[in-house]
Amino acid sequence: MTATLEIRNLHASVEGDESLILRGVDLTVKQGEIHALMGPNASGKSTLANVLMGNPAYEVHEGEVLLNGERMLEMEPDERSRAGLFLAFQYPVAIPGVTLANFLRHAINARMKAEDPDSKGIPIPKFARLMREKMTQLHIDHSFAGRYLNEGFSGGEKKRAEVLQMAVLEPQIAVLDETDSGLDIDALRIVADGVNSLTGPNMGALVITHYQRMLNHIKPDYVHVLYDGRIVESGGPELALELEEKGYEWIREKHMALAEI
Amino acid sequence: MVVVRRRSALPQAPSFTWAQIDGWSRENAEPDWLRQRRKHAWDVYQATPMPQIEEEWRRTDYRHIRWKEAERPISPNGATLAAVPAKNLEPLAGDEEGGSLVFVDGKLVRNEFSEKLARQGVIFADLPSALREHEDLLRRHLMTQAVKPEDGKFAALHGAIWQYGVFVYVPRNTVAELPLHVVCYGEASGAAAGHILVVLEDNAQATMQVEYASREAQEHSAYFGATELIVGAGANLRYVSLQDWNRETFEFSHQRGIVGRDGQLDWVNGVMGSRLTKAFIEVDAVGAGAEARVSGFFFADGDQFFDLDTQQNHNAPLTNTNLLFKGAARDDARTLWQGMIKSLPQMQRIDGYQVCRNLLLSDEARMDSIPGLEIEADDVACSHAATFGTLEEEPIYYLMSRGIGRAQAQLMIIEGFFDELLQRVPFERVRQRLMAEIEAKIIG
Repeated sequence: MTATLEIRNLHASVEGDESLILRGVDLTVKQGEIHALMGPNASGKSTLANVLMGNPAYEVHEGEVLLNGERMLEMEPDERSRAGLFLAFQYPVAIPGVTLANFLRHAINARMKAEDPDSKGIPIPKFARLMREKMTQLHIDHSFAGRYLNEGFSGGEKKRAEVLQMAVLEPQIAVLDETDSGLDIDALRIVADGVNSLTGPNMGALVITHYQRMLNHIKPDYVHVLYDGRIVESGGPELALELEEKGYEWIREKHMALAEI
Repeated sequence: MVVVRRRSALPQAPSFTWAQIDGWSRENAEPDWLRQRRKHAWDVYQATPMPQIEEEWRRTDYRHIRWKEAERPISPNGATLAAVPAKNLEPLAGDEEGGSLVFVDGKLVRNEFSEKLARQGVIFADLPSALREHEDLLRRHLMTQAVKPEDGKFAALHGAIWQYGVFVYVPRNTVAELPLHVVCYGEASGAAAGHILVVLEDNAQATMQVEYASREAQEHSAYFGATELIVGAGANLRYVSLQDWNRETFEFSHQRGIVGRDGQLDWVNGVMGSRLTKAFIEVDAVGAGAEARVSGFFFADGDQFFDLDTQQNHNAPLTNTNLLFKGAARDDARTLWQGMIKSLPQMQRIDGYQVCRNLLLSDEARMDSIPGLEIEADDVACSHAATFGTLEEEPIYYLMSRGIGRAQAQLMIIEGFFDELLQRVPFERVRQRLMAEIEAKIIG
């Protein structure tokens, strides 16, 4: 069965704030597909990423998110993750004293225990092999595994650590929230190569980005434009090029009326 | 009308008597100089009021101690090594230790010492044996430099009544390769006073761990402890102290390290147990080039109260002291860290650093940190800080987004907070044990 993430009529705000940021988002992402979600600042891109993962700082007012028919919005973030959803954070959080390897081992063990409460977790040698394999695949120095999670990481290192986590956890659907932000061209290429090596028949991706440049490296099948909390344009890769050429101004003009409703 | 409440009742004193102490001393055939030293300490004790309103005591109320229970001297009543939990008896690293001394209620129940160290001239002995065999060394060092009766009411009491303890001596240019391990275990309730005296001569090296623990009890206990760490010129001591008394024990202790020219002291102090702990932890850098790193971790839960009073004394120029304490408190627990960096006048080019980081895990718990500097020199680099945090939602969410459940995520963050400190414990096995103890406190 092809895994599917369905977002239906999603309305959301910041927790405790009535003014809606998402005002009816509809989007379906299937395993094996790459969707790019673009949009100007403050259009709701990051809110969508956070709401999908279940960040408690946001509140859903209406709508539905289904992964393989399972209702995500009723689940805690850890349950969503174990169900097959992944979010590469725009601003990954530093966790002092917890090494990247230790963290990932716990994440894998949590999956195994959810499936089988008697599971003893992944044996250390097997885990070490898995880490080495994935770090090699992503051109990540092996010493990375022993560093405290995101602490003192450069912008590029943080994004690479996110991609490494994605590689190890093998989600069905991954959401990448502005993974290109703050990266120079070399770092961007490394991260994009990593994402490309993971997408394919087993993973679908929703690549959220403000700029087209990320899409020079990650070729989307579909491009969507989020504006004022709704998806207002959808198309193929040519839509991204149009945005690159013309900017977001025409979107604003075209959909101003919509915004004022 | 504003009512200022002051403590009305004066703290009661335990009812020790000189006749009692003099009696023990004679029973144990102690040399006259030692009895005189006990008498001097007793006189200082008698002349000093029970602490209450002094700056270093005014936040610490210990009047709830039931002296009727806690003042009864503990005498060993047949308890053996079997009383001590296995975790305390495990070798620190590998299968081999340099030496192991285990006390139950002050009685020596295990006495092991590597022949190799003995051949090198290293001494690792309980105090009565050391008194018989190395009287001159004890006379020179026992409460003459590091902890003195004049240091405080409970230092004086300790000097008068101490019952048992350990003497470690490493001769010049000697490296004690294997770690030394001491366990002080309490089986009965009452008053105990242990003494640790470590002397490293010039260019000597040693690693040592002392563990304090006691069986759960209903009755109150008091522990009047003293630790003296004397590190000679160019010497290097790594010293770990782990305290896990039962929840009815009140600890009043004085601990001081003295570091000579180019000497190094790496001192880790862990406080997990007791009902109330008031510990004075001081280092004196007395020779140019001396370095001391003092690390502390503590975790208070239930109604525990920890008051850790640290002082870094720069008594020579070109000295470096670095202090990092990290603690957590949950339930109704209270912790207090008071730190001070002091220099004598004209001690130039000193570097002193003190930080206490606090993690507050409940609304009812309270943590205070009071750093201080008294520097009488101008070419110095001294800094201090105290930080306070709680468990924040953002990192929890981040860990959860990878499939880790909330409780596990919280545990990982708290353990991560302590990791930096635990990495300073030089034994992997001990680190793992401490992590498990911290975990047990978190899960509670």
